[in-house]
Amino acid sequence: MLEALQYEFMQNALLAGLLAAIACGIVGVYVVVKRIIFISGGIAHASFGGIGLGYLVGISPVLGALFFSLASALGMGYVTRRTRLPEDTVIGVLWAVGMALGVVFIGLAPGYAPDLFSYLFGNILTVPASDLLLMLCLDIAIVVIVAAFYKEFLALSFDEEYSTVVGIPVEALYLLMLCMIALTVVILLRVVGMILIIALLTIPAALARQFTHDLRKTMVLAIVFGVLITFGGLWLSYVLDLASGATIVLLGGAALLGSLGFRKTRSRLAQRRNAVHGDSLGT
Amino acid sequence: MNTEEVVRIEDLWVHYDGVPILEGVSLSVSLGHFLGIIGPNGGGKTTLLKVILGLVKPSSGSVSILGRPPERSRHYIGYVPQHNLFDRDFPIDVENTVLMGRSGAAGLLRRYSAEDKRLAREALETVGMWPYRDHQIGKLSGGEQQRVFIARALVGQPRLLLLDEPTASVDPAMQTDLYEILERLKQDMAIIMVSHDISAVSVHVDDIACLNHRLFYHGSKEIDPEVLEATYKCPVQMIAHGTVPHRVLKEH
Repeated sequence: MLEALQYEFMQNALLAGLLAAIACGIVGVYVVVKRIIFISGGIAHASFGGIGLGYLVGISPVLGALFFSLASALGMGYVTRRTRLPEDTVIGVLWAVGMALGVVFIGLAPGYAPDLFSYLFGNILTVPASDLLLMLCLDIAIVVIVAAFYKEFLALSFDEEYSTVVGIPVEALYLLMLCMIALTVVILLRVVGMILIIALLTIPAALARQFTHDLRKTMVLAIVFGVLITFGGLWLSYVLDLASGATIVLLGGAALLGSLGFRKTRSRLAQRRNAVHGDSLGT
Repeated sequence: MNTEEVVRIEDLWVHYDGVPILEGVSLSVSLGHFLGIIGPNGGGKTTLLKVILGLVKPSSGSVSILGRPPERSRHYIGYVPQHNLFDRDFPIDVENTVLMGRSGAAGLLRRYSAEDKRLAREALETVGMWPYRDHQIGKLSGGEQQRVFIARALVGQPRLLLLDEPTASVDPAMQTDLYEILERLKQDMAIIMVSHDISAVSVHVDDIACLNHRLFYHGSKEIDPEVLEATYKCPVQMIAHGTVPHRVLKEH
């Protein structure tokens, strides 16, 4: 593995993993605590329309995905707020419509769609330098937005109605939050692929929130877990010769499952110890 | 005593999907007064509070808070929502929960100032929860959480305090504490509390009203059984002013 580090593709892969971990650490915490996982999945999958559009008009599919995921984030946010359709209906419809558009666009595009598979399932080893630059810019945008509106996003995630009462522009900030999810989708696209994005949006944040009840610390921890999962998954996929995106997700899933199992065992042991202690006091 | 009128509602009607929720409600609450509104679930209590907060638009009638429309007087209002509506696992501590009450006043793109933090401390001390400032909100008992949410409402230095079912999931000893806090607070503000629980309105309220789509307003603590029956649509034992237990009886 160490000798692999001197290859440029490996350095790029590690950089991509780091940039991905920053985005999914920060935005993933909002996704998890505000429980907007389904809408995030919708935004991620609808971005497939943009990938298809990229192939059709001959621009980078990543740019197409950026445009489409932002549009679907604003569309889902606006329609769920302003119409009386149930939120999950709107998300489900846009989710499928976005993907269907992608299939049609790719069908219309001349010739064969190269590396389509890497957009669907990710390939961290083939991230080009131009995409790394885009990922860096989007990461900076996310950090700036969160730094600017930290206290508002916190209030909004806790209780939207109360936030309205204290005078926070709830709807605009909610749409901004969805746009941050759209940016994260684009950042994660090359790393784990459109279909697996939802895993990196949830797993590091879910792991992190078990250790702290401070939102800022949760974000920092989630970034750390994100780095460990992407680097660990990359290493495993290199050693075992497996698809990198899927390996990263499986490692994350295993880590979350393991941590839940560990907590359960620990609390059961503590209960038993207390029970024994209680008995000895009783007799 | 200052008798400035804080809330004035005249002939208020609210409809959801054409179904009337509030029918011709009129109400006036002055500074230093504590109004308890009781009524069955679905009787429009929360809706009435939301109208006062400007979150629900009335179909007709007029609402004014300190002489201004509700949306423009929110900074005068402290709101304690029904507290079963939040996520117990949410990663936030007591102090940051209370600071949330300042997030509008502090302004966009700004951090909380020393003044915001001082007000948060003051509010937490008022309800006796300052020692718990580092605790996660979900780990506290129902009564402690309720006091934190009252502190969050107080941190905006309101003239009007609205409480939605504040005694739900609060044990009786804590309820007494809660009322004592409210008793002290009403020196500086008007308080409106709604509850479906008749026993929740105790000796501490100044006036009682019964709300079941229509408001039966008494202007005193005495309620005659006919009014309660009209409100709850079932026979109710006489209210005994908090000292004697009382209950609602089903029609046999």
